[in-house]
Amino acid sequence: MSVISATSVAYSPKRFKRQRRKQAFREFLTRFRNDRLAVAGLVVLLAFTVMALIAPWISPKGGLSAVESIDNPLWAKPSGDYPLGTDHLGRSVAAQFVWGSRVSLFVGLAATVLTVAIGSLVGISAGFLGKWTDAILMRFTDWFLVIPFLPLAIVLAAVLDRSVWNIVLVIGVTSWPGTARLIRAQVLTVKQRLYVDRARALGASRSHVIRRHILPNVAPLILANVTLAVPISILTETTLSFLGLGDPNKVSWGKTLEEAYNAGAITREAWWYYLPAGLGIVAVVLAFTLFGRALEEILDPRLREQGR
Amino acid sequence: MRARFVGSKVAGSLATLLFVLVVNFFLFRVVSDDPTAKLFRGRNLSPEQIQRKRQQFNLDGSKTEQFFAYLTQTLKGNLGDSFLSNRPVTTEIREALWPTIMLVGVSTILSMLIGIVFGIYAGWRRRSAFDVGSTTFSMFTYSVPDFWLGMILLAFLSVKLGWFPTGGFEDAGSTKSGLAALLDQLHHMFLPALTLTLAYIGEYMIVMRSSLLDTINEDYLQLARAKGLRDADVRRHHAVPNALLPVISLSALNFGYILSGAIAVEAIYSWPGIGQATIEAIRGPDFPMLQATFLLLSVSVIVANLLVDLLYGYLDPRVDGR
Amino acid sequence: MSVLELHDLSITYRSERGDVPAVRGVNLTIEPGETVGLAGESGCGKSTIAAAVLRLLPKQTRVEGHVLLDGEDVYAMKPGRLRAVRWTSAAIVFQGALHSLNPVQRVGHQIDEAIMLHSSVSESQARRKSNELLERVGIPAERSRSYPHQLSGGQRQRVLIALALSCGPKLLIADEPTTALDVMVQAQVLELLAELQRDHGLAMLFITHDLSVLTSTCERLAVMYAGRIVEDGPSHDVFGDPIHPYSRGLANAFPTIGDPLSRMNPRGLAGDPPNPANLPTGCPFHPRCDRAIEICSTEDVLLMSASPGRHAACVHVRSGNA
Repeated sequence: MSVISATSVAYSPKRFKRQRRKQAFREFLTRFRNDRLAVAGLVVLLAFTVMALIAPWISPKGGLSAVESIDNPLWAKPSGDYPLGTDHLGRSVAAQFVWGSRVSLFVGLAATVLTVAIGSLVGISAGFLGKWTDAILMRFTDWFLVIPFLPLAIVLAAVLDRSVWNIVLVIGVTSWPGTARLIRAQVLTVKQRLYVDRARALGASRSHVIRRHILPNVAPLILANVTLAVPISILTETTLSFLGLGDPNKVSWGKTLEEAYNAGAITREAWWYYLPAGLGIVAVVLAFTLFGRALEEILDPRLREQGR
Repeated sequence: MRARFVGSKVAGSLATLLFVLVVNFFLFRVVSDDPTAKLFRGRNLSPEQIQRKRQQFNLDGSKTEQFFAYLTQTLKGNLGDSFLSNRPVTTEIREALWPTIMLVGVSTILSMLIGIVFGIYAGWRRRSAFDVGSTTFSMFTYSVPDFWLGMILLAFLSVKLGWFPTGGFEDAGSTKSGLAALLDQLHHMFLPALTLTLAYIGEYMIVMRSSLLDTINEDYLQLARAKGLRDADVRRHHAVPNALLPVISLSALNFGYILSGAIAVEAIYSWPGIGQATIEAIRGPDFPMLQATFLLLSVSVIVANLLVDLLYGYLDPRVDGR
Repeated sequence: MSVLELHDLSITYRSERGDVPAVRGVNLTIEPGETVGLAGESGCGKSTIAAAVLRLLPKQTRVEGHVLLDGEDVYAMKPGRLRAVRWTSAAIVFQGALHSLNPVQRVGHQIDEAIMLHSSVSESQARRKSNELLERVGIPAERSRSYPHQLSGGQRQRVLIALALSCGPKLLIADEPTTALDVMVQAQVLELLAELQRDHGLAMLFITHDLSVLTSTCERLAVMYAGRIVEDGPSHDVFGDPIHPYSRGLANAFPTIGDPLSRMNPRGLAGDPPNPANLPTGCPFHPRCDRAIEICSTEDVLLMSASPGRHAACVHVRSGNA
């Protein structure tokens, strides 16, 4: 336990706050480092992100074009020339894997940002403003929660044009209720704490209270929730693309699986066509889940106490 | 007191249903200005038929009037005709209903039973080999896209080993009936059911385990032990009934997920259910069918939620105002 | 034969952060029909002793010394014998009745369960007996069909008392039975306990941090601090003329009725109870003691006889100027 020395009077409040933040961050790093699975998850995520970013350099885009692959062997097993083999049009599966990761990761992240943005707005408004706003917003949220998300996403995607941004929109619009509920609960917990009342009694404005008291306490939960929401977004994008609702011009892991299935890769036992994309999804989703769970455990004080 | 509880839950469900109907209606109308095109696309209808449809759906009225026409027609059971087959949508749905009920029913029951039982043992013997093993297993199945799992099982158990058919409801051109027909159907259903069950077992296991862990620290378990009950009885009569409550709440939500999962899984296995019908409707696009399947799936989840809410109210005496 | 004998009882909790000695060498004997109070602040180990009597401590806890219930060593019993002995030889009335009762079971059933566990009566006979018990503690028999949350705090506490008596134990351990109750209800519950103790000739171990409660209900009083008994003797003597500085501090914390000055000058104890994982050297009380001398920080004093029937663990007893 640290002891504040008698010379603490020399510390300004700002410096003290910075010191405390630094210490909290250091503690966080130590605890995180101890969770080996979480570290493994982070490493995997970084690896995939790097791969997605350097895609143009490690895999020329021509590999994706059916026209340019016309001379390639069809349904070729993995070999030196084609590390993951070729598909029914002769295109390199490895290229599809590398380029597909870009769309899958991008949509996963963008959709999550949208989900969390909407969810936070609704959750904080409902929790903080209370009474009628809360009642109406929560009724609305419950309705959305009950509607099965995939049929809704399918219908939305079907009536809109097929594009990456529309997929992001669809996922964001169908996934926000869970986040909203969680954040509202946390806001309510914080609101009940006395210091919010005291701040108001001292004359603090609503925005001040939100900024200084509510947000800092809710932010860690939002962060943990974001990390856990990304895998859901990725899985949803994959399913939507597989069902033919994705962007027809862009390669994504879901699209690869759709094409593989439609081309009969299963009956042809062309495992190199449909295994990599699926394994990629599993790896990324698992990594995000492990990382997110560790984050949640460290940041959520309730879970920490119970030492689960 | 109980009546008020039931009443409020039913009222809530009806409100949600109304919301779904509104969303369903406006989604399709909002996107296109000329509903005629969407409703009658690419079909050869006589002018009288077109006129009748226009009247039925009140396409000449305002949006609100159209909505009420839509509402009335829906309640009467007229959901329009399928673009692809020209048959009434309700007929198409009726034919696709039973396979989905079979598949989703069996998968839900299996994943619940196995998931809950595993979750209880994992939580009761925390950190044991069983616990670690089953938690890891659940994390994996959670990360796997359900249809991809289906593809893998198909590739391995059907194409490679030949133990199961690659798809369909029964053997093509089958003339079996009675028990033989049922067995044939079950044989065909094995892989899709296995896929769906595996994909959703994890949810139940994790939530049951977590709920049991919450219960383990409760004081009334200590009292139960102090009375002289065996460990197994403490678990069975005191811990589990309390720990089961959150899981029951979850099952309604999970039902929505399983229904969603069934869509893609039915596609993989060519299982002729509502999911498959939805996929074909997307390809069309067959808007009346899409609208209808969306409505059907939403209603199923609303009803499931209502039943679960009522069940929960019955099981937990603290909730329904008793 | 004594109903309860604790010989050199030491209990150490094992946790990830190390061992925590909760009880250190406690000796206590309770004769049939005797009422003994155990007082001390939270964390001194008194609730641990209550759980230890019926072997309800977590598995990894290290228990040294002996706990003899009716002459039998509780920690040497086979599981079957232990379960038979629980509730029939000794029963516990826990605190916080809302959490000690199973929230989804009717209170009558929870008593029936105990009765049927230890005797071979039918369910209706058990039901009759539990209704009688409820009436005896002042709860109308119809309330046996209630759930715990439907009863008031005082009623729940009475249910726990009825439950504790259901198998005719010789020893009743009351662990803070009146904490969390308001004063009026407290008095009623205490009176009830005293009545039942007289009627059934029960031996009672009354555990609490509230000294005032003990003097009216118990013949003997033992004061615990940091896992040890630091004073024991007849309750009136211990409260009215305490020897150990800690007992003196506890007794003084209560204002004398009728003396306005004592209310103006509360003479409670300074400081906080020690952390069991990190006890001070020598006598654990010395940092808070107003009579501490040099030797107190190095020598740990054990209980010694101060006068016939009274013991205290203080150097001043040895030197004769307690």
